[in-house]
Amino acid sequence: MTTTATRGSDTGTGHQAGPVSLAVQSSGLTKRFRGGQVAVDHVDLNVPQGAVYGFLGPNGSGKTTTIRVLLALIGATAGTHRLFGQPMPAAAATVLPRVGSLVEGPAFHLHLSGAANLARLDAADRTADPKTARRRIDGALDQVGLGAAAGKRVRAYSLGMKQRLGIAAALLQPRDLLVLDEPTNGLDPQGTREVRTLVSRLAEDGATVLVSSHLLSEVEQMCTHVGVMHIGKLLWQGSIDDLRSQQSARAHVQTVAPTNAVDVLERLGLTAVTRNGGDVSAELIDQAPEDVCAALVDAGVPVRRFVVDAPTLEDVFVSLTGEGFDVSG
Amino acid sequence: MSAVDAMLAPARPQRAVSTRFMRSELSMVFRRRRNQVVLAVLALVPLLIAIAVKVSSPHDNNGGPQFFNHITQNGIFVAFAALTAVLTFFLPLAVSVVAGDAVAGESHQGTLRYLLTVPVTRTRLLAVKYAGVVAFAFAATATVAVVGVAIGLILFPGDTVTLLSGTSVSLTNALGRLVLVVLYITASMAAFAAIGLFVSTLVEAPVAAIAATAGVAIASQILDNVPQLHAVGPYLLSHWWTSFGDLLRTPMETGGVVHGLVVTLVYVVFFCSLAWARFAEKDVSS
Ligand SMILES: Nc1ncnc2c1ncn2[C@@H]1O[C@H](COP(=O)(O)OP(=O)(O)O)[C@@H](O)[C@H]1O
Ligand SMILES: [Mg+2]
Repeated sequence: MTTTATRGSDTGTGHQAGPVSLAVQSSGLTKRFRGGQVAVDHVDLNVPQGAVYGFLGPNGSGKTTTIRVLLALIGATAGTHRLFGQPMPAAAATVLPRVGSLVEGPAFHLHLSGAANLARLDAADRTADPKTARRRIDGALDQVGLGAAAGKRVRAYSLGMKQRLGIAAALLQPRDLLVLDEPTNGLDPQGTREVRTLVSRLAEDGATVLVSSHLLSEVEQMCTHVGVMHIGKLLWQGSIDDLRSQQSARAHVQTVAPTNAVDVLERLGLTAVTRNGGDVSAELIDQAPEDVCAALVDAGVPVRRFVVDAPTLEDVFVSLTGEGFDVSG
Repeated sequence: MSAVDAMLAPARPQRAVSTRFMRSELSMVFRRRRNQVVLAVLALVPLLIAIAVKVSSPHDNNGGPQFFNHITQNGIFVAFAALTAVLTFFLPLAVSVVAGDAVAGESHQGTLRYLLTVPVTRTRLLAVKYAGVVAFAFAATATVAVVGVAIGLILFPGDTVTLLSGTSVSLTNALGRLVLVVLYITASMAAFAAIGLFVSTLVEAPVAAIAATAGVAIASQILDNVPQLHAVGPYLLSHWWTSFGDLLRTPMETGGVVHGLVVTLVYVVFFCSLAWARFAEKDVSS
């Protein structure tokens, strides 16, 4: 029975049709900190196997806390979760070797070299073969472009290099799931591109990737699926295409007769009509843009400019949260 | 869940016995500069004692602390005198530095979350950390003893040893007793290390954990010296630390040592259990 596979439909959030194996699944996951703050509030995550799932939300929305609970670093106050169908945290010892993770940025022993830090993590892994350790460590360092700095003390690493080392730690073994918490933090544009390439390569090799980000553009570029977090709640999840179709396109009209234009648009049944000086805009429901334009002209509205914008993820986010997405925050 | 299970790749087999993590921990402990400095400072104590006794006139050496007046008679007593000297403060402090840092250090650094997601089970992590601290306690005690014997035999006679009971034994016999003393002190420090390990799971800042652990040793000795608290003395760890002198008599008076070992064992079990109970439930949010 794959009860987990259909849970998406119970929650009312976006879901996969038909039975899909879930790499990560949670129901009612809640974390209340001792101070009383609810950082994660009844989150029902469904990450299909093979997906690149963007866990999107502004800073402080509860992404890291959710990931900590998923990896059994902290206990949930309520709710349950499974990794590859196995109940956590009970199955942690058997499931986690298949999961590579980077949680809340890199953390290493500063007096040791990058390679020595990875060697320590590998030594701690009872499923790791010591005979292949050297090769796997060098391979992981090469994958993140740290080959040349392998012998340097981490103290001498830049933030971006430490971040790369954190990603390398997740790549010490072949993984079925990678949980990367804001992996591009501290990276330069070149590093960000490399992470994106790495993520798509891992996904091509069949791994599921759960990657958190506070950057819409990043999720848009690398993910097949998205979960939108906002103040501890998962507002929406599903494929990126489904998310886009949540939001209708918007028509923008520039005219010297904005009042008339507003009348026409409302009469045609467009919604969320706004007016700003000579600029009028409204959401298209099912109206064809050319019909709207013709109706405006027929009604004697002198149209100077008529544009229809495809919805951006940012529009979708604003409509979901009722707030702007604080990109810099 | 069969459909989901079927999707699972076969998990890599776990090695039944792996000493790699333990060895990694030992190298972390012993290659750390701070811990090396601590060992070096401990090694200075027997050197200073030996030199001080050598340069002072013979009649000053009577009535000093235990073992000091035996040093001119046989060099091995430098080791016993030095162990007595470090036992009250330096040695517990040295153990505190490593024990307090054990969990709090990794937590503070953030490396704890990396180890736990490897995954290392929390029980295994604690066991390895504790073993590392005990190994350091042994190394610290042995350092004092070995340096003490070495400098003692260079500066003072080293043939027959007159024990506290007045009987004479061979140097080999006395060295055997020194080994027992080192093991006894290590066991005492292991009990103290269990307290340190527990504190280390409670406190987030390593420096605070180290200070609190050292504070326990000092408090224990203060309590032991308050006459009105005579009754609690035998239940205090530090009360038994100096019992090792009994091993330097013929026949050996093992009563105090055995009592000390029982108290030690109770402390180890109790505080390791507390540490485990605390750490198993702990939210790792650093
Ligand atoms: N250990 C903690 N104790 C108390 N509150 C915390 C703790 N960790 C995180 N929080 C709070 O939980 C909320 C979510 O934080 P976090 O999960 O780190 O968000 P994100 O990763 O999305 O930026 C924040 O308001 C943060 O202040
Ligand atoms: Mg975060």
